[in-house]
Amino acid sequence: MLGSFDFDVIRRALPYLFLEGMRFTLTLTVLAAFGGLVFGTLIALMRLSGYRLLGRVAGIYVDFMRSLPLVLVIFWFYFLVPYIGQWLTGASRPITVGAFASSLITFIMFEAAYFSEIMRAGIQSISRGQPAAASALGLTYSQTMRYVVLPQAFRNMLPVLLTQTIVLFQDTSLVYVLSIPDFLGAASKVAQRDGRLVEMYLFAALVYFVISCVASYGVRRLQARIAIVR
Amino acid sequence: MIEIKNVNKWYGPSFQALKDCTTSVAKGEVVVVCGPSGSGKSTLIKCVNALEPIQGGEIILDGVKVNDPKTDLPKLRSRVGMVFQHFELFPHLRIVDNLCLAQEKVLGRKHEDALARGLKLLERVGLKDHAKKFPAELSGGQQQRVAIARALAMDPIAMLFDEPTSALDPEMISEVLDVMVDLAREGMTMMVVTHEMGFANKVADRVIFMDRGEIVEDAKKAEFFGQPRSDRAQKFLSKILQH
Repeated sequence: MLGSFDFDVIRRALPYLFLEGMRFTLTLTVLAAFGGLVFGTLIALMRLSGYRLLGRVAGIYVDFMRSLPLVLVIFWFYFLVPYIGQWLTGASRPITVGAFASSLITFIMFEAAYFSEIMRAGIQSISRGQPAAASALGLTYSQTMRYVVLPQAFRNMLPVLLTQTIVLFQDTSLVYVLSIPDFLGAASKVAQRDGRLVEMYLFAALVYFVISCVASYGVRRLQARIAIVR
Repeated sequence: MIEIKNVNKWYGPSFQALKDCTTSVAKGEVVVVCGPSGSGKSTLIKCVNALEPIQGGEIILDGVKVNDPKTDLPKLRSRVGMVFQHFELFPHLRIVDNLCLAQEKVLGRKHEDALARGLKLLERVGLKDHAKKFPAELSGGQQQRVAIARALAMDPIAMLFDEPTSALDPEMISEVLDVMVDLAREGMTMMVVTHEMGFANKVADRVIFMDRGEIVEDAKKAEFFGQPRSDRAQKFLSKILQH
């Protein structure tokens, strides 16, 4: 059966798959993880702020995002963003937003909800004496967060944050609904063009598997190292 | 220096942690606060730099009303050192950075100046060799001495100690108390919550005894150890001085 496979298709498509597809996938993953972490941390701080209204708004946002399938959010957002942009800027026609920008914003918004829950757990894991000691030294709330609480919360949660980023790496393949050539999209295009669906999808699965496995192994090593330092 | 007038504090609607507490600490005075656990002594000292809010009365620190919403609390707190039961060094920072952080971010000192001040104080508490270590690499007694140095690095006008030796193994208590005794003899204004009656006997000017949120006894050291007026203080003393 393997005899009828043409693995040379893969070899010929490699430059396109990795230089275009994987580059897009990795760029989206890294930027979305970074943006998601920044906004997620802000949302976590809002939820823990003690201001009821801020906390409620952040809580509703997180629950809302976590109750929707990601693929729907990507899909809807892509079609809605031009109109939201028009409404925000007061332009006369829907603004044009590229597929990359649209998917990046979507992933940042979506991941922020998940990262915020991780950072919230991280902040709550710091004993209350730490912010008290920082306050007693005269640090303001924002200095206490920036220099004392968040660095520790981030460090404690680093393995979980990275694991979530690996999930994000896999989830970026959902941008196929916008027919963007990310890694999976590129593989899919070649597969359709050359009629080699089985080979290309097998190869794509293998690549996702290997990258995720290696990354997970790295996270486990890191976790062990952090555990010793503490 | 520290004036506490008719302070009332509740936790929730029903539990009153402090009942009409009034006392004061004069400049250069060392006041020891003792009492059974749950008596409100830690709560009282935390109210002095507004780590805990109060619901009634007033606290005045060096002429500034602590419980006034207009008071710049970070600025006020930076002028009063505080040492905690569980040290509360910042575990992600090296010892020197623990000492420098607030000097630089709060007082705006240059890094070299903050470092020089920090190292000088580390030397004073006998830990200069440990400057580059992380807090977790030090023993409890060493960590608490670093915590004292960290508070002193801010050049405080007064020091608050909240059970500074309660979390320490017995053999480490004296190294911390020695630093505190030196500090007291140099004329630092100190308010110390502790069960170490030896320390109180050595350097305290006054002893305050608290029970169930009230200041039951507030007397000169000699009077307090000589003949406490209240039954509750007598009972407490007999219990902890037995051993």
